[in-house]
Amino acid sequence: MIKRSILLGALAAVAIFAAPANAAEGTDRPHRESWSFAGPFGSFDQGQLQRGFKVFREVCASCHSANYFYFRNLAQPGGPGFSEAQAKVVASSYQVTDGPNDQGEMFQRPGRLSDHWPAPFPNEQAARVANGGAYPPDFSVLAKARSYHVGFPGFITDAFIQYQEHGVDYIHALLMGYVEPPAGTTVQPGLHYNTYFPGHQIAMPKPLSDGQVEYTDGAPQTVDQYSRDVSAFMMWLAEPHLDARKRIGFQVFIFLIVLSGLLYFTKKKIWKNIAH
Amino acid sequence: MEGHSTYQPQGKIARWFESRLPLVGLLHSSAVSYPTPRNLNYLWTFGGILTFMLICQIVSGIVLAMHYTAYAPVSFARVEHIMRDVNYGWLIRYIHANGASMFFIAVYIHIFRGMYYGSYKAPREVLWILGVIIYLLMMATAFMGYVLPWGQMSYWGATVITNLFSAIPYVGETIVLWLWGGYSVGDPTLNRFFSLHYLLPFMIAGIVGLHIWALHHVGQNNPDGIDVKSVAKDTVPFTPYATIKDVFAMVVFIMFFAWFVFYIPNYLGHSDNYIPANPLATPAHIVPEWYFLPFYAILRSVPDKLGGVLAMFGAIAVLAFLPWLDTSKVRSARYRPLFKQFFWIFAVVAVGLGYLGAMPAEGGYVIASRILTVYYFVHFLVILPVLGLIERPSVMPASIADAVLARGAKGAAAPGAKA
Amino acid sequence: MAHTETSGTNRRDFLYIATGAVGTVGAAALAWPFISQLQPDQSVLALSTTEVDLSPISEGQIVTVQWRGKPIFIFNRAPKDVEAARAVPMSQLIDPQPDQDRVKSGHDNFLVVVGICTHLGCVPLGHQGNYDGWFCPCHGSQYDSSGRVRVGPAPLNLPVPPYTFTSDTKIVIG
Repeated sequence: MIKRSILLGALAAVAIFAAPANAAEGTDRPHRESWSFAGPFGSFDQGQLQRGFKVFREVCASCHSANYFYFRNLAQPGGPGFSEAQAKVVASSYQVTDGPNDQGEMFQRPGRLSDHWPAPFPNEQAARVANGGAYPPDFSVLAKARSYHVGFPGFITDAFIQYQEHGVDYIHALLMGYVEPPAGTTVQPGLHYNTYFPGHQIAMPKPLSDGQVEYTDGAPQTVDQYSRDVSAFMMWLAEPHLDARKRIGFQVFIFLIVLSGLLYFTKKKIWKNIAH
Repeated sequence: MEGHSTYQPQGKIARWFESRLPLVGLLHSSAVSYPTPRNLNYLWTFGGILTFMLICQIVSGIVLAMHYTAYAPVSFARVEHIMRDVNYGWLIRYIHANGASMFFIAVYIHIFRGMYYGSYKAPREVLWILGVIIYLLMMATAFMGYVLPWGQMSYWGATVITNLFSAIPYVGETIVLWLWGGYSVGDPTLNRFFSLHYLLPFMIAGIVGLHIWALHHVGQNNPDGIDVKSVAKDTVPFTPYATIKDVFAMVVFIMFFAWFVFYIPNYLGHSDNYIPANPLATPAHIVPEWYFLPFYAILRSVPDKLGGVLAMFGAIAVLAFLPWLDTSKVRSARYRPLFKQFFWIFAVVAVGLGYLGAMPAEGGYVIASRILTVYYFVHFLVILPVLGLIERPSVMPASIADAVLARGAKGAAAPGAKA
Repeated sequence: MAHTETSGTNRRDFLYIATGAVGTVGAAALAWPFISQLQPDQSVLALSTTEVDLSPISEGQIVTVQWRGKPIFIFNRAPKDVEAARAVPMSQLIDPQPDQDRVKSGHDNFLVVVGICTHLGCVPLGHQGNYDGWFCPCHGSQYDSSGRVRVGPAPLNLPVPPYTFTSDTKIVIG
C-alpha cells in the first residue's frame, strides 16, 4: 500500500514537472503523419521514394549536399527501385571532379555508380557565402538528426508503439510551416518565418510551391505531397537498410518466441520435482 | 565452494591431462556441480545475462573496430560507412550501441537486487566492491565509446565530462590537458579514447573473473538471505537447474534487446549525435546517455563546480562503503519491514534523479534535483546506519529448505513440493 | 504402466532435443552477420572498374595502373615482341596458351595482365629477364612478352583481367 502511494506520488511529481517542458519549447509540435515505413511491418513505398528523389534532385540538391549518398544506392535493394542501367544514366548526367591525371591536373568526367552525389558547393564557406551566411545541412542522415520534444508519458509509449518517425514528421512540418508571421513579430532581414523551426526564423526561403515538380505517376503536385515524398526519401537516405532491418527483425522475433517457449517448458520439466 | 567437484576424468587422455592441469575439474565444479540455493528467483539470472552482454559487446565491438577509423575528420563518415556499406554493418552497430544500454539495464537490476536482498553483507563485501569497480569501468567504457561516432553529443559530452576534472584544485587544468592531448577535445582525444575503449572491456572481463571467483568462494546469497546449512537440503546443482533457468531468462532478455535493435534502434540515442561534431556550436540541450542521468542530476544540483563533481563521484563511491553503512545483521529485505519501504523510496528517488537529469537545469527541476540529491545521500549515510539499530526484523525461517516448504504450504495445493 | 513411462521419457527427450536443435540453429544464424561482414563491402564492390587511356603509351612502354587495388601491366608491344611471343611452340611453355588468346584481336600490340606473380604474389619487374618480359625479384620467376611464365617456380601465366575496348585508345578494366 505504502509502496503504491509512493509510486503514484512520484508519477504525479513527474507529470507536474513534465508539463512546463512542452510549453517552454515555444514552437508547435509537428503533427504525426502516417508513414509507410512506420511500425514493425513498415517498408518504403518505391513510388514515393522515386518522387521524393525527383523533388530532391530538382529542388533541394541545388543548395543541400548528400555526401554519403552514392549513385549506386539508387539501384540497391530496399531503395527507390531503379535498375542499375537507370542509376548509371542518372550518374552520367552529372559531372564529377576526378584526378589528378597524368599531367597532375584535376578534371571533370561524367559520374559513375561509385561516385557520391556531387555537392552543390565545394566547401562549407562557399555554401555560407552563397546562402547569406547560413549553411544548408547535408541531407545524408538529416532525417535521423532532427527530432522534437515528446515529453512524459509520450516518450515511454513511443517505445511500445515503436514510433521512430520524429525526424520526418519535423521535416514535413517544416516544409509546410511557412506562414505569415503573427502581428508584432519582426523577421530579421534574410530570414523567413516558420511555425516549426526552433526560434521561428529560418534562413531557408520557402523551397516548394504547388506544381513546381512534375509527377508522372498521377500523384498530386502539391506542396503537401512534395514534402511528404521528399521526407520519405530523406528517411531512406538516412536509414537505407530500414526494410531489411524490419524484415529480419520479424524473423528474429518468431524465432525467439519459439525458442523461449521451448526453454520455458524445458525449465519447467527440469524443475518439476524441486520445490523452490 | 571448492571441493564440491564430483568430476572423475574418464579415459586415459583425460586423466593424463587432468593430473597436469585440472581445468575440466574447475569448470565442472564451478558450472556443473556448484551448489546453488534452491530458492533463487529470476532476479538471480542477471549475472548470467551480464556475462552474455559483456561477450556480446566485445564481439560486436571487435567487428566494428575492423571497419572504423579513429581520425576526427573521417570518424563520423566511417560510422556511416558501417551503417550503409558494410554487410550487416547496420545490425552490428545497432547491437553494439543498444547493447551498451542493455548492459546498463541489466547491471542496474543486478545492483538493486543486491541492495534489496543484502547481498553486500558479510562475507560478500569483497564481491560487492569488485562489482562497484566493474560498474565504474563500465561507465568509463560507455562514455568513451559514445565519443567515437564523433557526432555533436559525442563531442560535447566529451568536453563536459573531461572538464569535470578541471574542478580538482591546483592540478585540474593539467589533468584536463593530459586527457585532451591538446587545448580542446580533438583528434588526439578521439584516438586515446578509442584505444582505451578497446582496452577497458578486457579489464572488465578480468575483474568479472575475480567477481565470479569471489562469488563461488563464498556462495550465492538468496532471496531469504539465510546461509546454506545443508548442501543436500538447501541447494541444487548448478547444472541443469540454474543453467536452464539462466538460459531461459537470457533468451527473454534478448527478446527485449531485439525490440530495440530491430524496431527502435535510435530510441535510446540522441538525434543530435547524427550531426557531425562541431567545435564551434553546442547543441541546445546537452544530455548524457540515459544511464548517466541520475549522476548528471546530482552534478547539476550543486551550485559549485568542485562541490558538484565531488557529489557526483561521491554518489558512486558511497556504494563501495555500503557493506559497512548498513548496520543490520539481517540480509534480505523480506525480513526487514522498515528497510523494505526505504528501499522502494530510494528506488523511486534514483529514477526521479534520472528523469531530472534529462530535464533542463532551470526552475522547479533544480529544486527537485537538490531535494532528491540530499535524500540520495541521507539514504546511505543516515537511514541505513540508523535503521539497522532501531528496526525489529520479522521472524526468519531456520533454513532455506524451511523457507521453501513454508511458502509451498502457504500456496496450499502447490504441486510437486515433495522435496 | 511400463508403456506410459516409456512414452513420458520420449516426450521429455523430444523436448530437450527440440530445444537444443532450435538453439543451435539460432546460434548459427547469429554467426552469419559476423562472418558476412568480412566480405568486401558495397563501396569496395562499386570500385571494381577502372578506365585507362592508352594513347600516351608509346611503343615498347609498360605502364602500371590500379584495378581493385591490384597492379595491372599495360604493355604496348613492338611488332618483334608480338612475333617472338607467337613463334614459341606450345610444348616449351609451362602453362601453354597462345598469345592470340591473351590479347583482343585488332589490338594485338596491347597486352593487359594482372601484375602479380602467380607464385606468391610479388610484383614482377618489367623489361627484365631473358624473355623480353618480366622478372620476379622474389623467387626468380620469368615471364615472356605475352606475360606467360617461362621459368618457375611460378606455375601459371600472368592472368588477363576482364577488359573491353570502349574506343581505339580507351579500355575499361572490370
